[in-house]
Amino acid sequence: MTAFKSLSAAMIKGFLRDRMTLFFAFVFPLMFLVVFGLLFRDASDDKTKIAVVGDGPVVAALDKTGALELEKYDNAEVARQKVHDGDLPALVVAGGSGVELTFAASDQVKAQTVIGIVSGVVDRINLAESGVPPAFTLEAKPVEDASLKPIQYLTPGILSWAVSISGVFGAALTLVSWRKKQVLRRIRLAPVGPTAVLSSRVLVSVGTAVAQGVMFVAVALTPPFGLQLTGQWWLALPLLVLGTTAFFAVGMLVGAFCRTEEAASGAANLIVMPMAFLSGTFFPVENAPGWLQAVSNIFPLRHMNDGMLDVLVRGKGIEALVVPSAVLIGFTLVVGFIAARVFRWED
Amino acid sequence: MTGARIPAVVVADIRKHYGDLKAVDGVSFTVAEGEFFGILGPNGAGKTTTLEIVEGLRKADSGAVTLLGENPWPRNTKLLPRIGVQLQASSFFEKLTAKEQLQTFGSLYGVTAAKAVDMLELVGLTDKADVQENKLSGGQRQRLSIACALVHDPDIVFLDEPTAALDPQARRNLWDVLRAIQARGKTIVYTTHYLDEAEILCDRVAIMDKGRILAMDAPATLVRGLDAPTHVVLQKGTLAPADARAIDGVEQAQEDEVSLTISTRKPAPVLSALAERGTLDGLQVRTATLEDVFLDLTGREYRA
Repeated sequence: MTAFKSLSAAMIKGFLRDRMTLFFAFVFPLMFLVVFGLLFRDASDDKTKIAVVGDGPVVAALDKTGALELEKYDNAEVARQKVHDGDLPALVVAGGSGVELTFAASDQVKAQTVIGIVSGVVDRINLAESGVPPAFTLEAKPVEDASLKPIQYLTPGILSWAVSISGVFGAALTLVSWRKKQVLRRIRLAPVGPTAVLSSRVLVSVGTAVAQGVMFVAVALTPPFGLQLTGQWWLALPLLVLGTTAFFAVGMLVGAFCRTEEAASGAANLIVMPMAFLSGTFFPVENAPGWLQAVSNIFPLRHMNDGMLDVLVRGKGIEALVVPSAVLIGFTLVVGFIAARVFRWED
Repeated sequence: MTGARIPAVVVADIRKHYGDLKAVDGVSFTVAEGEFFGILGPNGAGKTTTLEIVEGLRKADSGAVTLLGENPWPRNTKLLPRIGVQLQASSFFEKLTAKEQLQTFGSLYGVTAAKAVDMLELVGLTDKADVQENKLSGGQRQRLSIACALVHDPDIVFLDEPTAALDPQARRNLWDVLRAIQARGKTIVYTTHYLDEAEILCDRVAIMDKGRILAMDAPATLVRGLDAPTHVVLQKGTLAPADARAIDGVEQAQEDEVSLTISTRKPAPVLSALAERGTLDGLQVRTATLEDVFLDLTGREYRA
């Protein structure tokens, strides 16, 4: 067996037998995906619910708009109490030709929405009753906009974040532990080049990243989450590889400066957590202030994220890989060079 | 082979200073092929630094090292397959079994997996092949790390305190392993702070203190050279101190709460005199040891 193959095998075994690393590479990010995925699932089609007493053309027309969810009550007093208690924002009592709208004054935004919808419906019926042809017509049509459903940006974001965790932590902790336990010195005393050692460790990280990608996308595709892959999703593969090497370089740099595993994992957290929040892991970075978006451009995770979004859910092709790939390769080279310069075989 | 054989290790006046601390301060020695050579001394004597310079892990400030006719510094990949090194800490890969550790280290030298596993037998760990390294006992871990140092069948083996922190039984088990390695014709250079152990195992020892070699020779020769008295210890009450002093050849006789200690440089006539008096019950003879040599050289008690 060659040194490269057996070192890779040794590291894969060590990785699979370590429950802690497995947890932080797979279960921990998956928990975020599940929690956020379920939490934000119906956020965009949330309808305002109002109480309705009575029947008639106005109530029928309100129901047809689909903009409000109507909760029928037989007793107006009970319904009024609901509004009074703050359980419902408004109450419509329809009887004869009069429509009475009661609304809670606390939530002005919701109240105005309800008033607008109800008065619109009433006006339209009045107009129809009068038989006068309308002077202006309004045509409203929905359009598929660029903003995504939460699961569509959560999946690429949390996947990239998970790759950054296993890349940075994997490299830093392996380096520190091997230096502390003198495995590095032992390897140095064997007739094997650093390339074989380094590349076998990178291979394990790349394998982990691909496994993370398959696992997270598979979970997100299930009905409770409803991820829809678009475009050439397999283009995520080169991004997984390049992202891994970039984060691996960061981990090597962290590992070069830290003497203990505790220090290394603290330092890695200090880098990964802010980077994750600023790079659009949990919310689209487009919502952040301009200066923050500019700052986030220094993180490789931001660019990996952008690329992942483009090829997984925005339906873009290979052209979307150019910028993220260039940035990730450049980042790997620069940080990797610095890490190689400050690398220490022993304490 | 023609001509004289090249010595396995030649160290000439190496020095290594860290600021004011003279870790290694002019050390020279030669180890012949097949020899079991021990470097002894208390902690901080400079044993490990000396060994690291010889192995090629550290550069000496001055002086020269030749291993099998080659210079180990800078990292000499031609030399590496011929030397085996066990480092002070047990350096293993995470979460691998004893068998996998050997196979992984072996593969770094191009050793086949099947051959690597054979090493388990030499160190008596065949039944622990599938046990993870962190679940082995201290002694088993030391034996495994020695097996890892031997996996590529090197000519010279360097062992840094292989018996440190082991219980007496594990130490003795390890001695058998070390003797078996020497029987295979390997040159062994090892450090220890157990003087008694070095006396038993080594062909020659170098006693180090404060970065220097104080004495170097076969343990028996060093002890003999001391001309130290032999101590004969009797149970208290078997013989009065005054009677003991009257025996020809006795230099000193001291009694404490439990025993009477007689010092002599002529143990044979003293022992026969004691036998004539019928006082041999519970008698112990203690000859000088390397600890006495250390005391003689440094003027202080040996404390590991």
